[in-house]
Amino acid sequence: MTDFLIDLGLSRGLAVLIAKTLGVFALATIGLVWTIFLIWIERKVAARFQDRVGPNRAGPFGLVQSFADAIKIILKEDIMHRGVDRWVFNIAPLLSVMAVLMLWVVIPWTPTLVGVDLSVGVVYVIAAGAISAIAILMAGWGSNNKFALLGAFRAVAQLISYEVPTVLALLVPVVLAGSMSLQGIVREQHVMYALAAPLTVLIFIIASMAELGRAPFDILEAESELVAGYQVEYSGFKFGLFYVGEFLHAYTVGLTMAVFFLGGWRGPFVDDLPALGAVYLFLKSFIGYFIVLWIRMTVPRVRVDQMLDLGWKFLVPLSLLNLVVVALVWKIYPGTDSIDSFSEAIGPSLVLLVVNILMILGVGAVLREQGRRERERIEAKQRALELGAEPVSDVAPAGAGR
Amino acid sequence: MELTVESLVFLLFSLITLGGGLLVVTTRNLFHGALFLMLSLFGVAGLFALLTAPFLAGIQVVVYIGAIAILIIFAIMLTPQVTATRPSNNQWIAALVVAVVLFALLASIVTPLMDELGVEGWGASFTETDPPPVPEDSIADLGAAFVDPQRFMLPFEVASILLMAALVGAVMMVRPSREDDEAPAPVEAAEVAEPAPPRADAVEPVLVESQE
Repeated sequence: MTDFLIDLGLSRGLAVLIAKTLGVFALATIGLVWTIFLIWIERKVAARFQDRVGPNRAGPFGLVQSFADAIKIILKEDIMHRGVDRWVFNIAPLLSVMAVLMLWVVIPWTPTLVGVDLSVGVVYVIAAGAISAIAILMAGWGSNNKFALLGAFRAVAQLISYEVPTVLALLVPVVLAGSMSLQGIVREQHVMYALAAPLTVLIFIIASMAELGRAPFDILEAESELVAGYQVEYSGFKFGLFYVGEFLHAYTVGLTMAVFFLGGWRGPFVDDLPALGAVYLFLKSFIGYFIVLWIRMTVPRVRVDQMLDLGWKFLVPLSLLNLVVVALVWKIYPGTDSIDSFSEAIGPSLVLLVVNILMILGVGAVLREQGRRERERIEAKQRALELGAEPVSDVAPAGAGR
Repeated sequence: MELTVESLVFLLFSLITLGGGLLVVTTRNLFHGALFLMLSLFGVAGLFALLTAPFLAGIQVVVYIGAIAILIIFAIMLTPQVTATRPSNNQWIAALVVAVVLFALLASIVTPLMDELGVEGWGASFTETDPPPVPEDSIADLGAAFVDPQRFMLPFEVASILLMAALVGAVMMVRPSREDDEAPAPVEAAEVAEPAPPRADAVEPVLVESQE
């Protein structure tokens, strides 16, 4: 592209600028159009989980349905009620989409095709997450609505809480690969890190689901309590932007998971045909995306205090322990800082896998013990209530049912 | 000065940084002030990136925009009557004096002004090669320097102990007193509802402290 522009007679700096700008436009457009298909996929998958068929009227398999919805949402009236903080209200949806599309810049699609191969790609990914928190805060405040503000408060508490385990989980591939560049992490991934460090993948999925703000962590827009949280006052295309941001973010979680833990573009015959890498990445990204949808469709919403407890009392200590153990194993095992092939990587990866399985078993035992104690406590309480003269309140049955 | 793409980008980021900073102190709306502060900090991150320090740029966004600015916004939102109060006081003269003095100090170090006035050894006397350009893998150097006993290990550990103490202190401050322990814990509340406001307030400082 750049060479073509230079041949046309442009100076080198201008040619690079034009080529990069076009690349950014292309990537952003692909991302946004792709979202329309994602919505269709998500509706179809959700329908199957709920024993329905899903959209099936417009076009073959209902493929055109999302296009119709998109056109409808653009044509809707843009309502801005009185008392809105105009600039803040209007910028927030743009920021929320931008924060997600920013991630696409550093994704290595093939061994050669990558927007920018930043040497600090992982830090960049985390920084983009910080921007989405601001977008939600701006939306909540700018709407001048108490439900929106409450939703934004919850959202930011959730995003900040779960940023810690996300960062600690992402540090594990960094430690294993010895690189913070996403391309570097994929290159070093001779054995998928998901196989070497499954506990990290679990932590990453849970923390990412919380950062997404979808069920089971959708307390920031809990319909029964907050109407729709921070997006309650938005209509038409601005609501559509939030919607696009959410769906695209869900898919991007699958994409980042594929890059960090499933080997990115790695696969058979990629050395001969680099474009094949994009296909592998595409297929792998759907593993993470499907897991996100799966959890969303099957797990009920958590409460605020449960969300904070899970984050601070369970995931943060666990991810700290996990990081220390992985780093220790990787340091102690000889020759791990110069791994160049699958055969060299398989030894330490197996050791890591065994250690991971031991950790998972340990965590499982601790959780089972905690659950048993909690159940006994509630049962004892209920027995005491049944023996007692008066049923004090309806607290006990609700508590026991939990 | 030759107008390259780099200098254009530098001008843009300087404009964002300075303009954002100016708007922080002139805007009447505190919440807007906090947002402009974020913009200004973002400009600084851009300047870091331009100085081939991408790690600092990323950390600038994560820590200053993602944690500290959000902490400031929380403080603003928890202030009652935030939009009604006039956030101005009579310290602008003092602020102006401090700003001018600070600027003069920085300018005298960075520019060769003091050398020309005849003061020896005051200015930093930067040249094309001094300070030298940032090495390619500066992150690895940074990491090694932090755990090298000959270099920054002690300051690094002292800083981490300080943050740990702040974390424990924050937890202690929001810890419910003994009478509250007798009362049913919030987990046992039957209805799926908002946590009581004091609890929500209480959790926030802990969250943000640990971010730093």
